[in-house]
Amino acid sequence: MILLLALLVYPVIWTIRLSFDTGRGLEPREWVGFENYTRLFTEDRRFLNLDTFPPEGALVNNVLWLLLYTAICLAIGLLIAVLATRVRYEALIKAIIFVPMAISAVAVGLIWKFVYSPDPDIGVLNAIRTGIFGLDALPYLGREDTVNYSIIFAYVWASAGFAMVVLSAALKGISQEIIEAARTDGANEWAIFRRIQLPLLALPISVVTVWLMINVIKLFDIIYIMTAGGPNGKSQVIAYMMYDQTFQGGKGGYGSAIAVVMLLLIIPIMFFNIKRFRSQAIQG
Amino acid sequence: MTTQAAELVRPKPATLSARIVEFLTRSPVHIVLMIVAVIWLVPSVGLLITSFRPRPDIASSGWWETLSTANFTLDNYDQVLSGADMGSSFLNSLFISIPATLLPLFIGALAAFAFSWINFPFRDTIFLAIVALMVVPIQMSLVPMLKLFQSLGENVFGDRTFVTGSFGGIWLAHSAFALPFCIFLLRNFFITLPRDLIEAARVDGASNFRIFLRVVMPLSVPALASFAIFQFLWVWNDLLMSLVFVQEPDLLPMTVRISQVQSTYGVEWHLLSAGSFVLMAVPLIVFFSLQRFFVQGLLAGSVK
Repeated sequence: MILLLALLVYPVIWTIRLSFDTGRGLEPREWVGFENYTRLFTEDRRFLNLDTFPPEGALVNNVLWLLLYTAICLAIGLLIAVLATRVRYEALIKAIIFVPMAISAVAVGLIWKFVYSPDPDIGVLNAIRTGIFGLDALPYLGREDTVNYSIIFAYVWASAGFAMVVLSAALKGISQEIIEAARTDGANEWAIFRRIQLPLLALPISVVTVWLMINVIKLFDIIYIMTAGGPNGKSQVIAYMMYDQTFQGGKGGYGSAIAVVMLLLIIPIMFFNIKRFRSQAIQG
Repeated sequence: MTTQAAELVRPKPATLSARIVEFLTRSPVHIVLMIVAVIWLVPSVGLLITSFRPRPDIASSGWWETLSTANFTLDNYDQVLSGADMGSSFLNSLFISIPATLLPLFIGALAAFAFSWINFPFRDTIFLAIVALMVVPIQMSLVPMLKLFQSLGENVFGDRTFVTGSFGGIWLAHSAFALPFCIFLLRNFFITLPRDLIEAARVDGASNFRIFLRVVMPLSVPALASFAIFQFLWVWNDLLMSLVFVQEPDLLPMTVRISQVQSTYGVEWHLLSAGSFVLMAVPLIVFFSLQRFFVQGLLAGSVK
């Protein structure tokens, strides 16, 4: 208990304190009030830039991730969970989708860096572009307009398996009798999915969504490996920026302010978890 | 009875054309699944094939061309494993992961036992606080924890780098972050154990610690295994915490070494591909040998 307090609660308070300080060399030096926060939201264009359209910056990238990554993971997870039950190689296909969950984001990053390589003798995507379509090779990770989508897809590849396993387990829990009854009444497969399976999946879908959202807020490893935030900081996200500012830039106060922003983003999820835990405790 | 059974079993199409018709009506499902399977397999298979190709071949032709010119070698793996940095970093990863799994497992199990079977004031409030702590981002604690370890080293061991220059810091850091989840997972399992069993042991005069060791632990192997696997893979695959808490270059785990190889030597794919697969080997072995516990652990970890 004391260990838990010392190692978890104390640091949180310490970091909040440091976020109101310059924190040079990671030590409290000079109290600056809300300056770190105002700079973060109004001046630092790497964090939030509202002058361009669409807006840019690490925070905006996280929103992009939140929308695209979450939606694609859920869509692919649901698609495989529903379709795989209809074929004999269900176990095999599920294993193929799930295995990337086990490996490190470092390995995932390298695997996809290899796929996206601008050299058509290395990257399979550019080999297809140049060899089959006769187009020029595209440096997917080196262009500002493609870099975010490229990393998002690489990470979808790594995490869709989670959505699939949870949703597939939930699908198996739906009584076959209901589905057979609907089929006897003349419902087609789409109607069965839309009117029976999807509504019954509402809770597991929300669980998966929350998990994916936490993943997005904590997103760090894959950015570090694939682009280090580049090109021109266009693929930065908040967790990466926190590390970069604190440990590469030595700006402890500024980095702490970013960490506090992360905590604030996660607090609603925390309440959702507690609520869910409470309702489970009542049911149990 | 027999006619009913016959109706349930889908009759096998008698003729070849009937089979083709049946296949075609279901083919969209097969096609979609095949496309997804190919997208999921090609990237890793490509890198796997590359890891067995000689260095000049990798630079001059794509891995898909090896189908015609089969020219494979184990040199890359030899170079990775015998190279001073990579080979030892593999061992470092093990030295970090195993204690950083067992330590929180033991402490967490004790705490979870207290939360489920021993009465003390504010028990449920404290437990709820622990559930809440689970989602606090690691980033909130990196700097203060680093400072804490430095002052611990300075004041207790007389050397500022004692904790961060050894495995001590990373063990402690991983344990601290794993504890809330460990307590949460195990407590939820422990409360499902039959109350009579614990009470019976108490009536027989067994101490709490004895009940924990002799009754609760043996019955909880599945939950303990789920947590252990989840935690082991979490630590093995971790990059961020090792970047911060392992400050002695000789002790760096594989994830950090590989990312360094990538940034210093540029894209040396013969080393990176073999290195990635050595890094992936351990999780994949765990996955295929302990699949059931593994999936349970990951599902339980969905709240983290």
